[in-house]
Amino acid sequence: MILTRFFLGGFDRGITVLIALLLLLALIVPILHLAVPPTSFFHIPTFIVALLGKYLTYALLALSLDLVWGYCGILSLGHGAFFALGGYAMGMYLMRQIGSRGSYGNAELPDFMVFLNWKELPWFWYGFDNFAFALLMVMLVPGLLAFVFGWFAFRSRVTGVYLSIITQAMTYALMLAFFRNNMGFGGNNGLTDFKDILGFNVQAPETRMALFSASAVALCLGILITSALVNSKYGKLMIGVRDAESRLRFLGYRPESIKLLAFTVSAVMAGVAGALYVPQVGIINPGEFDPGNSIEVVIWTAVGGRGTIVGPVIGALLVNAGKSWFTGVLPEFWLFALGGLFVFVTLFMPKGVVGLWTSVKARWRAKPSAEITQPAEAQT
Amino acid sequence: MNLPSNIASTLLYLDGVSVSFDGFRAINNLSLTLDVGEMRAIIGPNGAGKTTMMDIITGKTRADEGEVFFDHGRVDLSTHDEADIATLGIGRKFQKPTVFESHTVEDNILLAMKGKRSAFASLFHRSSAGEAKEITNILETVRLAGKRGALAANLSHGQKQWLEIGMLLAQDPKLLLVDEPVAGMTDAETEETARLLKHIAEDHSVIVVEHDMHFVRELGVKVTCLHEGSVLAEGRLEHVSADPRVIEVYLGR
Repeated sequence: MILTRFFLGGFDRGITVLIALLLLLALIVPILHLAVPPTSFFHIPTFIVALLGKYLTYALLALSLDLVWGYCGILSLGHGAFFALGGYAMGMYLMRQIGSRGSYGNAELPDFMVFLNWKELPWFWYGFDNFAFALLMVMLVPGLLAFVFGWFAFRSRVTGVYLSIITQAMTYALMLAFFRNNMGFGGNNGLTDFKDILGFNVQAPETRMALFSASAVALCLGILITSALVNSKYGKLMIGVRDAESRLRFLGYRPESIKLLAFTVSAVMAGVAGALYVPQVGIINPGEFDPGNSIEVVIWTAVGGRGTIVGPVIGALLVNAGKSWFTGVLPEFWLFALGGLFVFVTLFMPKGVVGLWTSVKARWRAKPSAEITQPAEAQT
Repeated sequence: MNLPSNIASTLLYLDGVSVSFDGFRAINNLSLTLDVGEMRAIIGPNGAGKTTMMDIITGKTRADEGEVFFDHGRVDLSTHDEADIATLGIGRKFQKPTVFESHTVEDNILLAMKGKRSAFASLFHRSSAGEAKEITNILETVRLAGKRGALAANLSHGQKQWLEIGMLLAQDPKLLLVDEPVAGMTDAETEETARLLKHIAEDHSVIVVEHDMHFVRELGVKVTCLHEGSVLAEGRLEHVSADPRVIEVYLGR
């Protein structure tokens, strides 16, 4: 009852179209992949499915960043950490599913632990053989980290570039920690060689398709939750924090609790994205904590258009499709292209692709009546 | 603590307040009282400590020494932070108009409206007809009824000042601190603002900081002149502006 009221914010057309497209994708891609013979023109090959599935989880990650950056003004340069933690939680479940099929045939311990001569499972691996527990951890671990981190950072009124730097430090510290073998997460090799998820072979085409569709559905849910948040009075407060934090404080609000809620919800979304990413790519290692990854997420969001819901999704899909193409053709130049893209977007398209689209549409509509005055430039 | 007996009739009570920044005494043994329902104008040259005084009252700055009491001496403001003080009933308009630029005028008032301040409460907030009516009343008071749906960013400077005053009204505070409300306004807007503030003062206590003597004369209320962080003169404007020390401070030494 409360939930329906909560979701009754009334979505704008862009969001409805996006959700319809995603659900269509979740339906059509499996059919074209499984039911259409490989010789047919309409068949979607495995590698495309794998790429698309990965992009969808990236889109969810970008959306989660946009919730805090675009709406709440918190530029997190460490969102990859929440993604990776969600990924590790799923990876731990997948490792426990291998059982005695590992190289060392130990039913209890994952291979890397046998290799390190460990005798028993560390306590923090308990429970991860249970899918529901793992799923809970996928959300709880990133959420809790974000909550604790945000609690201290926002209460101390760390804002702007200083906050960005400490989020960056957070993901870097986690990367260093996860690289260590005795942390118990597989060191620099990470977790891999997955066999089953819920009893189905992770490599099987049907499982891949299920994961693909699950990613699309998760993204839709993310969009619904984000737009419900943004369209509520709370969403207006988030924008208030972004635009005039001190005004809000002198009105009697506590900007730190507004930020904390957004940051925690966002981290949970990023964790879910990571959990869907891992079984599709088949590995999770400390490289996912690399600060560079988190910065890339910022670029996707900026390219698509921050402060919009459709923007980060489009940005993540576009930039990653570009990356896949570019790294095939001119691998050495990809980072230059990415950097150039960011500079270009910042200078000439501050509202990203979505902003460009809205202004083109507005101009096109304004054309018939030449008398219309130029709309005032929105202040940033 | 020994509080004087006259504190019971005051809305705001400052006694012996001092604060310094890196050795510079911005406020120096400042004492000031404001009665319930009173409107007061604070004047003084640049650096006299007017804005710092507001910072102390609203909890942005902590006083090094002295006492700051609110609401008949019942609340010690030095033990509360900004958000607390705002909910206790002190609203503040900044020197530079500060409104939520990417929200509409209506939403600006909505966010300021008295009510629950927690993040969760705002998540499940539903707007009501009563709320909409109250917004209409406030917008009419601050002369912005025609701008309800406009983005705050697209208002003129003077209109932003009014919007911020409207947000203060929506907060329904006991005391309004208004920092330079007519800075950058046209003469017509200045007169309108004086009328507006006088109307607000009918059922609120108000402190107005202003440089514009014409405007202060228009208000016609008791004036306090600050200089180097303490009270130089206090009384009716004719009396204060005739004080030789005030003249010296304003016309150079």
